Amino acid sequence: MLKLNAHTITNKEYFYGHKACGGCGESLALRHAMKILGENSFAALPAGCMAAVSFIYPNMAFTTNAMITPFAATASVASGIAAGLKALGIENTQTIGIAGDGGTADIGFQALSGAIDRNADIIFITTDNEAYMNTGIQKSGLTPYGTKTTTSPAGENLPGSITQKKNMFEIVAAHGITYAATASVGYIEDFLKKVQKAKDTKGTSYIQVFVPCPTGWGYPANETVSLAKAVVDSGLWYLAEYENGEFMLNKNPKEFTSAKDYLKKQSRFKHLNDADIEYIEEQRDKKWEIMRRKWNY
Amino acid sequence: MSKQKKFICGDDAVAEGVRLARPHVISAYPITPQTITVERLAEYVEEGSLKAEYLHVESEHSALSCAIGVSSVGARAFTATSSQGLLYMAEALPYASGARLPIVMMNANRSIATPWNIYGDQMDAMFLLNSGWIQYYVEDAQEAMDMMIQAYRLAETKEVMTPVMVNIDGFVLTHTYELVEIPEQSLVDEFLPPISMPENSMSLESPKSLCISAGNDTNMEFNMKQHFDMLNSEYFIEAIDKEFGDKFGRYYNGMLEGINMDDAEIALITTGTVTGTTRVVLKKLRKEGKKVGLIKLRVLRPFPVEKLAEVLKGVKAVGVIDKNISFGYEGTVFTNVNSALSTMENMPKTMNFIGGIGGRDITKEDIEIAYEKLFEFLQGEKIERVQYMNVRCDY
Amino acid sequence: MDRPKVKGWSYPKSIDQFPMGSTCKSDHLTSINAGWRTVKPVIDQEVCINCLKCFLVCPDGAIDKSSKELEIDYDFCKGCGICAFECPVNAIKMIEEVK
Repeated sequence: MLKLNAHTITNKEYFYGHKACGGCGESLALRHAMKILGENSFAALPAGCMAAVSFIYPNMAFTTNAMITPFAATASVASGIAAGLKALGIENTQTIGIAGDGGTADIGFQALSGAIDRNADIIFITTDNEAYMNTGIQKSGLTPYGTKTTTSPAGENLPGSITQKKNMFEIVAAHGITYAATASVGYIEDFLKKVQKAKDTKGTSYIQVFVPCPTGWGYPANETVSLAKAVVDSGLWYLAEYENGEFMLNKNPKEFTSAKDYLKKQSRFKHLNDADIEYIEEQRDKKWEIMRRKWNY
Repeated sequence: MSKQKKFICGDDAVAEGVRLARPHVISAYPITPQTITVERLAEYVEEGSLKAEYLHVESEHSALSCAIGVSSVGARAFTATSSQGLLYMAEALPYASGARLPIVMMNANRSIATPWNIYGDQMDAMFLLNSGWIQYYVEDAQEAMDMMIQAYRLAETKEVMTPVMVNIDGFVLTHTYELVEIPEQSLVDEFLPPISMPENSMSLESPKSLCISAGNDTNMEFNMKQHFDMLNSEYFIEAIDKEFGDKFGRYYNGMLEGINMDDAEIALITTGTVTGTTRVVLKKLRKEGKKVGLIKLRVLRPFPVEKLAEVLKGVKAVGVIDKNISFGYEGTVFTNVNSALSTMENMPKTMNFIGGIGGRDITKEDIEIAYEKLFEFLQGEKIERVQYMNVRCDY
Repeated sequence: MDRPKVKGWSYPKSIDQFPMGSTCKSDHLTSINAGWRTVKPVIDQEVCINCLKCFLVCPDGAIDKSSKELEIDYDFCKGCGICAFECPVNAIKMIEEVK
């Protein structure tokens, strides 16, 4: 397979002129996904930032077919598109659902589960920025422990979000899905490779890509990519795949970089004290212990 | 060739109609009393008598959302639901109508919880009158089948391009067996040709953005266009019904059917199966020399304002039977009728008869009482304007 | 440079001219984003090693690699500065926009 990198991917843009904030990690992921999927793709996006910034009449940011879906229905609308295209005999197309963390792990969860169960021929990409950003940074099911959001305020009584990030990747894998992966815009070549794999997969595939949000997280907009790299290097996120019933760690750092450095760069974690950070590191280490024991790498 | 007749229930008839309409994809979630329809369709797909994809979805919201996806690329979609299921998919209804996707749905009219009840009234569909869907209400199994075919023809008409909901009364129609004439597939194919790619479809030749945002600078105009096209669909509803009658020998009179209206002094207005019961009572009262009439409202959206005013010219009192309550007001059809009649120079007196809630029978006796009350009302007796039919205790 | 361009658009004269349904042609840009910038990236072509890192990390796809030298589409660059931050040879400077 051709190595996918800045030199080999197309110069053509299929997602362009959108009104996302400067430095938006989510739009970076979407831009690259569309580059791999190409002009024959049909995109379904629920309510959320990417829908809000791309379809403001008469300014349309997708050059391909694309539509906004009901919030809960990304995977259902995408399955419908795929089924419709198949019934009409229109070949060599790619249907893709692109939802945020809330649109995947919360309100869109049921429809996603149904689509995987049917093995709908779609790619589902979760752009995970760990909260409801479009409505003003509210806690979602993928908001990690200790995050300050507008609905999980940090104060004397609470450290922000008190729940752990829902384990969507493994929940999706538990369906027996053909292909699933995690990714990060800090490792774009890895993400490109995974989108290509998903494109080559018949049936449902799922990619959860980590996408920093300067507006919602409170960090300088130029650090989006470096933060997305730091989260992986510090072990607070991981790059992995699920294929043929097996998990594979794509990156297994010998030593983690500082979790504290990663966290303290963002105002959503500014309030965390050393004990909070220690707890976060403990949870991280537990997770890695299991992954290293049970997964291939 | 002899005409094929089958002794089937309303749900079966819907399935037969859908099979004849050849949808590309069916996506549905089971709910009583709609289930027989989706079971039959699954059997047709399995045996190959219907060449369609059958999507097993995990909810009604996804059932309609799948249909939206199917329709967005120009394929023919069918779904069916009822009651709570219709309400669960409610969010997606304006998505479909706003994008002008010609989806057809059967709704088996059923009561809304709570209190829980699986039997028929029309509370469910009335909730969605404002959803931008064309709403038919049918009287019997034959009409249920025929309307599935007409519904696709209408929905896919270039000037209409609007989703259509065909309402059939729960149990009284869905589960009641009747002799239904099944038309020849070849004749149906002539009447309902394969869907041609609508201009708003997503396609490789002309990529589209669908279900887009329109700010306060354009939103009103988008909505007005949808509204005007829905108003104009009345013309096509009439024309398609006429063409259907010419081809298959069954006319349903388009937006509404007036029965014995030429010299009627009083009339009842009905939707759905209660029309059949009222026809029987009407015959009896006419034999007794009473100048009574009946209007079967077949379409509630668009609403036949002019046709209703026309057919009621000279009528002195009108009663509206409503199988729903708009809590804190009155029956929904009654409200709509009154507004339409206010366009008349001499507006008849109007009364509302609310009945059939949660599957309560509306008997011939109840209808006879309604006609009697209308006569009393006409003669100036003091009667409550909103009446409740077949109530089992004092109120 | 091979980047989508802004198209002319005027408000429909009548309701009939609105699209049928909530729909619009794709590839239909009618407004630019240049006004968002407070700083703008400028590539020093002498220093640039053509590694294309900036092309890769731009959320707006505003850096075009089709020519010999990288070009920035200033109609759509929002000035976020990721390109300059990630450039391994400091070939991109963020210059204050003069309004």
